[in-house]
Amino acid sequence: MEFAFTEEQNMIRDTAESFLREVSTSNAIRAAMESVEGYDPALWQSICQDLYWQAIHTPEAYGGMGLGYVELVAMQEQMGRFLLCSPFFASVGLATNALLVAGTEQQKQTWLPELMAGKTATLAFGGNALAQRGGTWHAAAVEATWQHTADGYVLNGEYRYVLDATTADILILTARQVGSVGAEGVALFVVAAAAEVEVEGIERSALPTMDQTRRQGCITLNSLRVPAEQRLGDPRDARGGQTLQIILDLATIALAAEQMGGAQQLLDMTVAYSKERTQFGRPIAGFQAIKHKAADMMLRVEVARSGVYYAACIAQQALDDLLSGTSCDSLCNTPCDTAALAEAASIAKSYCSEAYFKNAGEAIQIHGGVGFTWEYDVHLYFKRAKASEHYLGNAAWHRERLASLLLDTERLDKADLHQEAAR
Amino acid sequence: MKLTFSAADEAFREEIAGWLQRNLCGEFEAIRFRGGPGDEHMFHEQRHAWEQKMAEGGWTCIGWPKSVGGRGCSIEQQVIFHEEYARAGGPGRVGHIGEGLAGPTIIAFGSEAQKQKYLPGIVSGKELWCQGYSEPGAGSDLANVKTKARFDSARQQWVISGQKVWTSLAHEADYCFVIARTDPDSTAHKGLGFFLVKMDQPGVEVRPIQQITGTCEFNEVFFDDAVCAADDMVGAPGDGWKVAMGLLGFERGVSTLGQQMQFQNEFNDILRIAQQNGAAQDPVLRQRIAKAHTELKIMRYNAMRMLSGQAGSDGALQREALIYKLYWATWHRELGELAMDVLGPESQILEGAPYQLSRLQAMYLFVRSDTIYGGTNQIQRNIIAERGLGMPKEPKPTTAGTQ
Repeated sequence: MEFAFTEEQNMIRDTAESFLREVSTSNAIRAAMESVEGYDPALWQSICQDLYWQAIHTPEAYGGMGLGYVELVAMQEQMGRFLLCSPFFASVGLATNALLVAGTEQQKQTWLPELMAGKTATLAFGGNALAQRGGTWHAAAVEATWQHTADGYVLNGEYRYVLDATTADILILTARQVGSVGAEGVALFVVAAAAEVEVEGIERSALPTMDQTRRQGCITLNSLRVPAEQRLGDPRDARGGQTLQIILDLATIALAAEQMGGAQQLLDMTVAYSKERTQFGRPIAGFQAIKHKAADMMLRVEVARSGVYYAACIAQQALDDLLSGTSCDSLCNTPCDTAALAEAASIAKSYCSEAYFKNAGEAIQIHGGVGFTWEYDVHLYFKRAKASEHYLGNAAWHRERLASLLLDTERLDKADLHQEAAR
Repeated sequence: MKLTFSAADEAFREEIAGWLQRNLCGEFEAIRFRGGPGDEHMFHEQRHAWEQKMAEGGWTCIGWPKSVGGRGCSIEQQVIFHEEYARAGGPGRVGHIGEGLAGPTIIAFGSEAQKQKYLPGIVSGKELWCQGYSEPGAGSDLANVKTKARFDSARQQWVISGQKVWTSLAHEADYCFVIARTDPDSTAHKGLGFFLVKMDQPGVEVRPIQQITGTCEFNEVFFDDAVCAADDMVGAPGDGWKVAMGLLGFERGVSTLGQQMQFQNEFNDILRIAQQNGAAQDPVLRQRIAKAHTELKIMRYNAMRMLSGQAGSDGALQREALIYKLYWATWHRELGELAMDVLGPESQILEGAPYQLSRLQAMYLFVRSDTIYGGTNQIQRNIIAERGLGMPKEPKPTTAGTQ
């Protein structure tokens, strides 16, 4: 047991920190917010070519760096901290994970090198159903459909809340077999769709978003024809819904890391401001009313951090289990503990969502009037916090999922079983 | 960063689990899961016998160096020990103040003679300790102790007078470690001494305090010219604060992992009840149960971060350690409320007259103290803000209002 970063992991974190502090300044963030793409393409290329961050957890066999989820999380934390406007999360957290988890060896060999070369990607999986009951983020929310054709598939349907929908070079599309419900009949497809090239059957449009640091959009499929080899995984495998869940859980953990980084930055900004701001003849940092708020902010950050690092270890374990399967369908043979992964993802996301948003709210309050201005950066974090909270399931959604794991099955944790046996 | 234990450590786990299975039975069956916080007054004799049984097996003071009678266990092994102990339902340890506080202080700051005199009694589980810190006027403001120690040079001993409060186990303990003012003209943390005082003597009187639970686990201790040999002062006159603060550092050790297993046991009880009485179907309670689970699970990893991390070169606590008390205490207090809300109206019916509380009822009441003792939540927030975030200290009373 060693629950601390190794020296190498510290180095990766420190490198990311110093680079992002340099490039993701307030001015840079605002320029990206106003740009067409929503990020600086030159910066993205420099990250991909010079730093190779997009390759961090992809195995070397596919052109990646072969590091782990802890390293990915360490990096994602810094991106959240400096509010980097970037296709990183959609490309790595969503799409790369989708290919790693769902793709056959052949598909990984084909598509991952594209991503490693700096192509951007995203995952589209739900439509309006995602917004039902305040957010519904599982396979049952997949509405787009697929049908067999003579030489492949035809896809129809609408996706909403798709990150980087209009800019992604590669789309991972989730659809269900016509007539299927729930987690049944769900499959993933990969399609090249460079933004500047029109693909027949795909319409993409941007949605104006409250959080301008990460773009969302719609994708509509009108009889999109997809060749058979672009359906991810073994077509005989009926567990596409479960595969999708694993992908979402992995992405959720990366997003939680970003949230934790954001919560940390809000704390740092706020404490620094409270030491400068003078009222009643002394810095407001000296008032207990402020100190106690700041202490609670720090508590939330540190707890979030512990939760994210734990989740990263579980994610690493799950990926190791999945990738060690050598058959075309790694899911068939490997005992990836999906319940442990789901639990870790929900723990991290429910805690980090609230920690980030609460810290953002307190940051505005402690900044006082200037925290309410467009000029100060606090609102950028406040908006990103809410956007991230509602992407991939808010705290209540994840807690309900945990409640279901705890209360609706006979599943008891090991401690409990021991205790039962002893009684 | 990894969460798994080595094969050697897993073998250690089997060793302690096996020992507990073979020994925590028969005459000790009745004390399983008993004697924890809120229940510390129960089964004292049996638990004292159990402590000595543990000692026979070499399971007391496992984190102490072998040179002073300990087992020299690594942090990992201590974590495992505490997990298995709680899992097996090991009773509240009557020796925990000696093992966790008095002993480590004597090891760190005591003389060779003090080590030889006191440590074997702790290791054997025979001699019990209590802690003489808080006073009626020295709670959060611990440095405001008024208890005085006057040196009688003719008899080469200290004479102690004053009152301590919230002293758990005082009526059972053989010794008390006391901070008292050696310099009558001193204030705050200057001029204090740290004394090892024998309880069984004419100048010491113990009066129980009846708590919110109706039970008496804490006491007031009155020192009326109680004596303490010159050799039984730890450090020099004036060193008391330094020694006492060093001791507080020992409080945040690996035993937190054992505490979490006890929390897990309580949480499991609540889960079971929720499944039985249908509370598990209530959407609001489901949210609260899931939140409690989330935060307990993270508590474990936060503790592992604490144990894996290294304190700064100045001995300062890492951030994850600074927030720990505030975090677990607040969590536990909420768990008590959750327990009652899951039980519903049945939560208000006792197990028996006149005031016999169930385990969860006792927990619910007792946890109100968690956010008070060992530094209240408010003091914790001051500490976090000042030490963790470098925010200004509270202004001194003399300057307050003049700025």
